Amino acid sequence: MEDIKQPENLVYKKSEVMTDKVLHYCPGCGHGTAHRLIAEVIEELGIQEKTIGIAPVGCSVLAYDYFNVDFQEAAHGRAPALATAISRLYEDHAVFTYQGDGDLAAIGTAETIHACNRGENIVIVFVNNGIYGMTGGQMAPTTLEGMKSSTSPYGRDLKMMGNPLKMTELVAQLPGTHYVTRQAVHKPGKARKAKKALKKAFQYQQEKKGTQVVEIVSNCNSGWKMTPNKANEWMEENMFPFYPLGDIKVPEEK
Amino acid sequence: MTEELIIAGFGGQGVLSMGKILAYSAMMQGKEVSWMPSYGPEMRGGTANVTVILSDDRISSPILDTFDTAIILNQQSMDKFEESVKPGGLLLYDGNGITRHPERKDINIYRVDATDEASKIGMAKVFNMIVLGAYVKLKELVKMDDVVEGLKKSLPKRYHHMIPDNEKAIHRGMEILQEIQKL
Amino acid sequence: MKKELRLMKGNEAVAEAAIRAGADGYFGYPITPQSEVMEHLMSEKPHERTGMVVLQAESEVAAINMVYGAAGAGKMAMTSSSSPGISLKQEGLSYIAGAELPCLVLNVVRGGPGLGTIQPGQSDYFQAVKGGGHGDYKLITLAPSSVQEMYDFVELGYELAFKYRNPVMLLSDGAIGQMMEKVELTEEKQRRSHEEVIKQCPWATTGKTPDRDHNVITSLELDATKQEQVNHKIQAKYKELEEKEVRFEELQCEDAEYLLIAYGTSARIAQKAVSQAREEGIKLGLLRPITLFPFPKKRLAELAGQVKGMLSVEMSAGQMIEDVKLAVNGKVPAEHFGRLGGIIPSGEEIIEAVRKNFIGG
Ligand SMILES: Cc1ncc(C[n+]2csc(CCOP(=O)(O)OP(=O)(O)O)c2C)c(N)n1
Ligand code: SF4
Repeated sequence: MEDIKQPENLVYKKSEVMTDKVLHYCPGCGHGTAHRLIAEVIEELGIQEKTIGIAPVGCSVLAYDYFNVDFQEAAHGRAPALATAISRLYEDHAVFTYQGDGDLAAIGTAETIHACNRGENIVIVFVNNGIYGMTGGQMAPTTLEGMKSSTSPYGRDLKMMGNPLKMTELVAQLPGTHYVTRQAVHKPGKARKAKKALKKAFQYQQEKKGTQVVEIVSNCNSGWKMTPNKANEWMEENMFPFYPLGDIKVPEEK
Repeated sequence: MTEELIIAGFGGQGVLSMGKILAYSAMMQGKEVSWMPSYGPEMRGGTANVTVILSDDRISSPILDTFDTAIILNQQSMDKFEESVKPGGLLLYDGNGITRHPERKDINIYRVDATDEASKIGMAKVFNMIVLGAYVKLKELVKMDDVVEGLKKSLPKRYHHMIPDNEKAIHRGMEILQEIQKL
Repeated sequence: MKKELRLMKGNEAVAEAAIRAGADGYFGYPITPQSEVMEHLMSEKPHERTGMVVLQAESEVAAINMVYGAAGAGKMAMTSSSSPGISLKQEGLSYIAGAELPCLVLNVVRGGPGLGTIQPGQSDYFQAVKGGGHGDYKLITLAPSSVQEMYDFVELGYELAFKYRNPVMLLSDGAIGQMMEKVELTEEKQRRSHEEVIKQCPWATTGKTPDRDHNVITSLELDATKQEQVNHKIQAKYKELEEKEVRFEELQCEDAEYLLIAYGTSARIAQKAVSQAREEGIKLGLLRPITLFPFPKKRLAELAGQVKGMLSVEMSAGQMIEDVKLAVNGKVPAEHFGRLGGIIPSGEEIIEAVRKNFIGG
């Protein structure tokens, strides 16, 4: 065993940008993978010292325990406002928010749209699991038609509860957004792609190109009341057709 | 009569619903009841407990530090609640996963291996009913008819076909109850 | 008639009571520990049962403004939240109070400040009873201390709200919201008809008919002289409330030498402390305010002539104690005992505090 543990045999190690704290997420939840990808990108770009993260409430409210960068916790929905001020006062820093769908697309809609419209130089990581995870599985603005949640126990009824909101497509319309993309992290191939997208976003941010939005369509096996595997299958069958993966707004390369 | 009890184990073991069925059963007999759960973010695998009080009189505090009975379903809860049983009180536990068995000498201790039994009879879902059966036999506070009534009230209609299985499990719990220490 | 009994959580009791009281609309946003209010409403399909509208809003700010709209139109509207969400509702509440509209707001308080904790707290007392938002206004504040009272105070709340045209706050906490107790249900009332709404609320925006002037709902009056009159009118209403609507419960106060003052969950613990203390030979009593505004000032002033000390027991750093001190005006020592950040005090701790503050040794 000790013979194998040699530096030249090392194939994978935890990013320096992650702390040693044990993640509190439910087994199989996408939040953990998304955290790791962001941490790796920060490490690879060598920007740990100038990264400032902001996470509002949601299951990822404790993100400050996991990222080994300076971090602020925001009120529900308000992360883009905090990020606006920080990025304007620390122009060279890599400022990013990490928001859930309830946070970004319901209570924080105004902050999100206006930060994007002003073209604040920040990265917005938007984890869309179609539900309110932290508070126990209530309907989110992104909940699909017919999807059951604790506040739509008979399935989302569009007439009564409104339509699922495609925030990412919406903010892509705004002049301030620069790179807008939708990714997933539930499989190695998808995670590799998501990492590339995150890297681009942080690079553009460092080049001061404006607002970079990376949506990650993810699972919430607890909220959906499914096993992790079943949740991933369900996500592929139901979430991806409505929230198709891929770039939504690509900057013109000079 | 006042019975103050805590049921503690993992989330997903049916701790809360067992307390609810018990409270409903006592309510059927005209008793005052309170059911106070621990609550927290919906994270899997965390611990869960519920304080249940059954009484002939108006209940003052629904939150307690000491209990007449503790029903303990995992090691963390054993560590936390063994000490809170009142002297002369009752501790009922499932031996599955218990590495340190109860050590108190001043309380009654019983064991019901419900986890093993549930998997033996292939009914993991009624695990908590096996435990409930053991408790009902030990304390004789609620009648079987009321427990069935309690089940009906607390289970959504679509699960009512499972009531016979639950009844069976309750009887099974009564049978496999083991006495460890009786004062 | 046989009473209908049900084992319910405090949050569910509020929801069920709203349907049965004939409420017209509920507007909310999820937050722990009160999400069961909307969850129960959604599962009960009140839109089919009574025609009640239930909507999950995009935020607490939107929810309270939906209530503002519905209340201005004469409807029985309500919202519920927990501390951080209630903070967001303060602007709306100020407008609703300024426009003199009836509505019901439930706060299932958790420990703060900020995101704080989801465990029970009583640290929103000031916010509830002193106004909370901008301007000189007050909320009629009811403090349920059992699940039955969570149920009963919905109807009582609506009654007071419409009688005084003022928002009513049910100030509860995480323990009462999450706990289950036996509830005796009342019969389901029909929602008021359009005609009944017009009759009860001739001021409401129900649609202008030829027989009346147009109705305007506003809190704006730019002319300072007139605005002062508006304020006086509102203040007169609060005075009337203080004279007529004070509610409280006394427990073993007749011969008490020391008095606990506590509401909500603290009152339940205090109740236990009273019987324990009496076993130990301490003549302890409990005054439980049911209305926090209007506060039972008069009764406390009377008791100040009888007891040797008063202890305000709150899950806060000491908020209600200020009202107790104002009420007794130095006639008797009044102290505070509290646990903070979501911790519920024990009966022993309370007795200990009585000993330490008043008895010595
Ligand atoms: C003002 C306010 N309202 C409500 C809440 C309760 N709350 C906490 S997280 C959350 C939403 C969580 O959903 P989402 O943003 O989708 O993130 P997820 O937990 O699913 O990752 C809510 C409603 C709060 N903390 N503050
Ligand atoms: S509740 Fe859902 S989003 Fe939250 S950690 Fe669990 S699986 Fe992930």
